[in-house]
Amino acid sequence: MSGIYIHIPFCKQACHYCNFHFSTSLRYKNELIAALLGEISLTKDFFPEAVKNAGAVETIYFGGGTPSLCTKEEIDAILSQISASFEVAAGAEITLEANPDDITEERLLQWKDSGITRLSIGIQSFFEEDLVWMNRAHNSSQAWNSLQLATKYFDNITIDLIYGTPGLTDDKWKQNVDRVISLGIPHISCYALTVEPKTPLQKMIREHKLADVDPDHQSAQFLLLMTWLADAGFEHYEISNFAKPGFRSRHNSSYWKGKPYFGFGPSAHSFDGESRWWNIANNTTYIRSIEQGAIPYEKEVLTPVQQVNEMIMISLRTLEGLDTSRLIQQIKGIAQDEILRMKQTILEESARYISNGLMVREGDWLRLTYEGKLLADGIAADLFFD
Amino acid sequence: MKNIRNFCIIAHIDHGKSTLADRLLQQTNTISDRDMMDQVLDDMDLEREKGITIKSHAIQINYKHADNKDYVLNLIDTPGHVDFSYEVSRALAACEGALLLVDATQGIQAQTISNLYLAIENDLEIIPVINKIDMDGAMIEEVEDQIVDLIGCKREDILHASGRTGLGVDKVLDAIVNRIPAPEGNEEAPLQALIFDSVFNSFRGIIVYYRILNGTIRKNDIVKFVSTDQQYGADEIGILKLKMTERKEVKAGDVGYIITGIKNAKEVKVGDTITLAANPTPEQIKGFEEVKPMVFAGIYPVNTDEFEELRDCMDKLQLNDASLTYELETSQALGFGFRCGFLGMLHMEIIQERLEREFDQTVITTVPNVSFIAHTTKGETVQVNNPTEFPDPVKTESIEEPFIKAQIITKPDYIGNIMTLCLGKRGLLINQSYLTPTRVELIFEMPLTEIVFDFYDKLKSQTRGYASFDYHPIGYRDSDIVKMDILLNGDKVDALSALIHRSRAQDFGRKLCEKLKELLPRQQFQIAIQAAVGAKVIARETISAMRKDVTAKCYGGDISRKRKLLEKQKEGKKRMRQIGNVEVPQEAFLAVLKLDD
Repeated sequence: MSGIYIHIPFCKQACHYCNFHFSTSLRYKNELIAALLGEISLTKDFFPEAVKNAGAVETIYFGGGTPSLCTKEEIDAILSQISASFEVAAGAEITLEANPDDITEERLLQWKDSGITRLSIGIQSFFEEDLVWMNRAHNSSQAWNSLQLATKYFDNITIDLIYGTPGLTDDKWKQNVDRVISLGIPHISCYALTVEPKTPLQKMIREHKLADVDPDHQSAQFLLLMTWLADAGFEHYEISNFAKPGFRSRHNSSYWKGKPYFGFGPSAHSFDGESRWWNIANNTTYIRSIEQGAIPYEKEVLTPVQQVNEMIMISLRTLEGLDTSRLIQQIKGIAQDEILRMKQTILEESARYISNGLMVREGDWLRLTYEGKLLADGIAADLFFD
Repeated sequence: MKNIRNFCIIAHIDHGKSTLADRLLQQTNTISDRDMMDQVLDDMDLEREKGITIKSHAIQINYKHADNKDYVLNLIDTPGHVDFSYEVSRALAACEGALLLVDATQGIQAQTISNLYLAIENDLEIIPVINKIDMDGAMIEEVEDQIVDLIGCKREDILHASGRTGLGVDKVLDAIVNRIPAPEGNEEAPLQALIFDSVFNSFRGIIVYYRILNGTIRKNDIVKFVSTDQQYGADEIGILKLKMTERKEVKAGDVGYIITGIKNAKEVKVGDTITLAANPTPEQIKGFEEVKPMVFAGIYPVNTDEFEELRDCMDKLQLNDASLTYELETSQALGFGFRCGFLGMLHMEIIQERLEREFDQTVITTVPNVSFIAHTTKGETVQVNNPTEFPDPVKTESIEEPFIKAQIITKPDYIGNIMTLCLGKRGLLINQSYLTPTRVELIFEMPLTEIVFDFYDKLKSQTRGYASFDYHPIGYRDSDIVKMDILLNGDKVDALSALIHRSRAQDFGRKLCEKLKELLPRQQFQIAIQAAVGAKVIARETISAMRKDVTAKCYGGDISRKRKLLEKQKEGKKRMRQIGNVEVPQEAFLAVLKLDD
């Protein structure tokens, strides 16, 4: 069982907060799509073991960038190359990220026809001033209309919302969330605005052109969100992800379960359970390299300790939490008594968080409380091993 | 001997001493342009950066004078900071003359004056040189007036130079030969050599620099250091060119070095006399003093398990800096470390930086304090170098603290500000005199402890940099000193305790609490910061619990980056110290050094 991520590194314009890899020039789009196809077919040569061990592909995810900039032909070509190079399981989840300004009836029909099963729509906010502030490509009415339209063709829809922006009052935040609930959207990803390094947002804050984000304001909106969505029947299955029963993202869930995945395209990451490798984050170098028959990647082999640390970090973010007994089955290259000792250490260390009301323990399982979720990074770091 | 001139340069920091020295070396071809690095005499990185000479050095210049004779000019470099005034005085004692170097844009500064007085006390011929005459804002006439007023020379005796362009450097060389007397002394008399400096060399051991007053020293002589009464073989002797140059003998009047295989700087005391074991001099050169530390602070490794390594480094550091003293100390907050004695605040800063740069040690330095004397009700007298040694107030009869005489030179416009500053620091104005109509000297008596923290910085900001400062200890006086503790969530942080005058405790406690509030990161619970004298809380701040510490996205491409980020965060936390349940970053222990208004 494995997942495939396709990175489409193009956008019409740059959102101020975004630090993902993308280009706003579409000049090399054709070459890049060709390179993507090339990379997919080269993978079995470069990573034969990983491909062999990966098993059937259960999920495919078109992310970016802006995958909705791809034509139907491009999507189809990518999917058929995947089918040619990998075994794709029947009923695979195939997600496509789409921007509201790209969504039309025609495109929706094309995506359906291509076999897309799930749409991820980058709404972020329904308020014009917020969208302008973020430098999004779409406007307020496109946000609303595209979403209504999409629900006619897709049941399995997720939308992204951003909170904790300086202009977003609690009341506006509630209106944003209520609109999504009212349309019966079954999955929501909500992200606290993060000031990433080397983004226009960071620059503007540094130059005092924009107000900095306020962590108290963000945590308050996060707590509100958790209550609203719980009341509306959503499971809070990962820090930033909420789903109605049966509508969790299977693709993203596989990241959090430590399952193998292949990432194709510039900057995309792959993982085989023990090693992680990632492509160069540069479109032209990527294209040139693939044209010459080489995948331009860098790789790290995770030590057992790093594997444990990742498992702590990722699983504490999930609804199910950290199953410390899973360490024993999942961590590779470590002696049994050593991993048992680590498990014991985690359980002992967790006591202080349990007494602080940040964590609960049931047997070998540790879960964060609402308050704990707000502090997930610090708690995970505390539990890390050297 | 009549062709030797021994001289030094008296100057305030930044007045261009090192640059002028470079020019003297260049003009006489003592150093080729190729070897020329700016400010050759300051060969420690730290010195180069701080622009001050920490350790004195010496260099021999060979100069063919207009009279067509060859002269040997020994330039003895001196440190330019109050912390090192004893070392300055010994370097001066090795000279017959001094260049008084004054920045044309700045005029005479307090440090220059006190070193000038030292030079005059040592009967040195003073050659006044106005430097940086090519700069915008050079006030040549005004500075000439100051110099004439100060040393009573003639206006035409004052040389003009620019170390930057080399202008006037030839006249300076002329004057050194013509105006500074040749050394006197008897080459045949029993050896009498003044140690004015030493350096540590990891291959050769301690290299001692000296000036011979009388007698001759030869290779393989058995020498004796008078104050320590230790004997050594002169394994190598020589003179100080840009590099050490070995000689079979060095004679009266000259400056040289000796290597004896000494490994520990403590055996070599600046100001001591070297003589021959077989034919010792009947008298030690006068002026020798044991250097006493003025300021004390704890130095701790950032990670408690690095203590042994730190001990090693302290040992090595002391090998080449005998003025550093230290003994073992333990702190509940910081574990094992050292109580160190320093000559002053700059010395402390230098030691800390040398530990970091030369020995790769990151250390925590605790609140510095001066040395107090406590008289107990039982009639005992206790030296208190550390807040933990402070006796129980119930059993204390009285406390004494060290006082200094502070000399400040400034423009008359700033007298008011300086008065306010010094009176606020418990200072007492002793005298005020106008050196020139635009230059006034203020003399205060002040507790040493008041200048330990932020006095220099405040003086600078209160006078826009137009004040210079020097001080000398004048003994101990009765005082109402208390111990102030800092508590975090009720747990005392011993490393932040301070000994302080009662009248200053509340203000100090409040500022320290405020600073700590800034420096302590929010944690997963609320933190109460309190300052207390005895059981009485005199100041309090609260840090509310952290509300949010979670990354928004954690997908396939984020996992490695995020793990590395958290690993770093964990590494950072490991560097913090645990006080009760509170994690304290090391900056917090330095909070007290960063207090401002």
